[in-house]
Amino acid sequence: MGSTLYEKIWAAHRIVEGDDGQTLLHVARHLVHDGSVHAFEFLRDRGLKVRRPDQAFATPDHGVSTLVHKVDAIADPEQRRVVQLLDGNTRAFGIVHFSLDDPRQGIVHVVGPEQGITQPGVVLMCGDSHTSTHGALGALAFGAGASEITHVLATQASWQRRSKTMRIRVEGSLPPGVTAKDVILAIIAKVGANGANGHVIEYAGSTIRAMSIEQRLTVCNMSIEAGARAGMVAPDETTYAYLKGRPYAPKGAAWDRALAYWKTLPSDPDAVFDSEIELDATQLAPMVTWGNSPEDALPVTGRVPDPAGEKDPERKASMERALKYMGLTPGMALTDIAVDQVFIGSCTNARIEDLRAAAQVAKRGKAKVPAMVSPGSTTVKLAAEKEGLDRIFRDAGFEWRESGCSMCVAMNGDMVPAGKRCASTSNRNFVGRQGKGSRTHLVSPAMAAAAALTGRITDVRTL
Amino acid sequence: MEPFVVLPFIVLEGVGAPLDRSKVDTDQILPARFLRRPRKEGYGSFLFRDWMDDPKFVLNQPPYRQARILVADRNFGGGSSREQAPWALSDYGIRCVIAVDFGDIFYLNSLKSGVLPVALGFDICTDLREQLHARPGATIKVDLPAQTVTAPDGATHRFEIDGFRKKCLLEGLDDVGVTLQHEAAIAAFETQYRKRFDWLFHGNV
Repeated sequence: MGSTLYEKIWAAHRIVEGDDGQTLLHVARHLVHDGSVHAFEFLRDRGLKVRRPDQAFATPDHGVSTLVHKVDAIADPEQRRVVQLLDGNTRAFGIVHFSLDDPRQGIVHVVGPEQGITQPGVVLMCGDSHTSTHGALGALAFGAGASEITHVLATQASWQRRSKTMRIRVEGSLPPGVTAKDVILAIIAKVGANGANGHVIEYAGSTIRAMSIEQRLTVCNMSIEAGARAGMVAPDETTYAYLKGRPYAPKGAAWDRALAYWKTLPSDPDAVFDSEIELDATQLAPMVTWGNSPEDALPVTGRVPDPAGEKDPERKASMERALKYMGLTPGMALTDIAVDQVFIGSCTNARIEDLRAAAQVAKRGKAKVPAMVSPGSTTVKLAAEKEGLDRIFRDAGFEWRESGCSMCVAMNGDMVPAGKRCASTSNRNFVGRQGKGSRTHLVSPAMAAAAALTGRITDVRTL
Repeated sequence: MEPFVVLPFIVLEGVGAPLDRSKVDTDQILPARFLRRPRKEGYGSFLFRDWMDDPKFVLNQPPYRQARILVADRNFGGGSSREQAPWALSDYGIRCVIAVDFGDIFYLNSLKSGVLPVALGFDICTDLREQLHARPGATIKVDLPAQTVTAPDGATHRFEIDGFRKKCLLEGLDDVGVTLQHEAAIAAFETQYRKRFDWLFHGNV
């Protein structure tokens, strides 16, 4: 029996086996951000050092201001303190730091792939649940909490139990107006918000193969919203072409050695997965969420569901709570939902291709509601400005901001006021996610731009 | 500074609070705006902060205010990897959460924070919550060495836990210390890894 991509990476990073099925895995790459502050505090309190500083890379993202990229511009003293501490900790331990004034700064999950730090076949960890993003390049990437990150800093390793494997095959050409975001929302709606618990997902099939790396990053990013431990795509020619020439990618003879290894990584034809799921891409439409879980996603042509039709009492109560919180009426068309504001950004959908897709729509009108664009990294921002995307957004009345996590997690002051409704390209529509009392509808970048132009949820195909 | 000490967990008998909701994500357990406080300042007063405004919320009701054990429904602790969620539970006094299933990262974070996550069947969780509603203030006993939960009516349910994580919880062990006992193996591994995958290292600019 052959091996899966996941099993091959696992085997290459196995240091020792515990006596109860736990394996100590080497961590090839560790990404650090302002939220890693607690792990550094724990490390210092224990009198420990960073074991392998050359395998860690840091950039501030969660708490940074998107108005001005200066530490002093961070209004909240707690956020300012941890961005300052990131600078201090990375200096003290000798970790590469793309600070606020560095053009390589950005959301850690945008920066890793962009700089070539994320590579096929590595185990990568970061203290953030959207670390699953990096699997798009064929890496095995886990999110973790502060204690586990302390462990990674101190030992460059992590105790892990083997996950089950799930292959999700997406087949066929995407219809016009349907994007990677719609594919992953459709997958989560199908498997459920905890449907992939305990599993590592490998995305496969012709639709995934035809996707660019940026699209694959969007798909893998939201693996965690299906409960998965990680999500990954086998490396292929698209991956190699993306990586070639990136700052931290191998060069010269090293590139040839790396490439030869990467080509051994894809799952063997006879590899067996614990579960298999299929999705027909040709039947997909642009998706929009109506509730407070990413699994509450429907085609934009749909209607708000009616809890009366739900037999399971807890699910019924959960739907009723969500509709009340979201201020929606059962049976109303999703395109009748008026929005108060629009957010285009986050580690899910703020790379250059996302901004191009949104700008294509934005250039066709003027924003009727406040709309904000926060590029995924400063590199993306500079590239977008070179192409004139900032002009398109500004001319259409969108705000053009600096890079950071911004309104996806609402820790930096960018937030949706209580009771207000936001069409957002981010990844979570949880209660209060974009600010206490905020109402979030998750959509693709093109759909978000369309909502900005009309002031309501809009099928971008009919705009 | 002295390290923050995680309390060992052995046998816990305490008031159980029923939380009749599925999909309780970590943004609900501890909202993002409280994430940056130093660990030692405590997170207990921010547990379920935005639900605490509701007088009907279970932890606002007198019999359940002293809860040490929370009994939830399906998919508890999904979403963000914030370990501050189990810190808030632990600092409030809740050292055990019983649910049908858990977010994977929350589950691991809890074990490392001295909070025991116990997965029991859907029917058992429903039954436990019904008993706690019927007898407000009733206690549940959680025995980690025996891996059992004893319901208010005396019924006993066995649960599973990794041996390594169980040992760490029982002894209040820090797994960094355990791992560093493998120092020789780690060093040997790193040497061969850096040779085999040299491009990960000298490609650095």
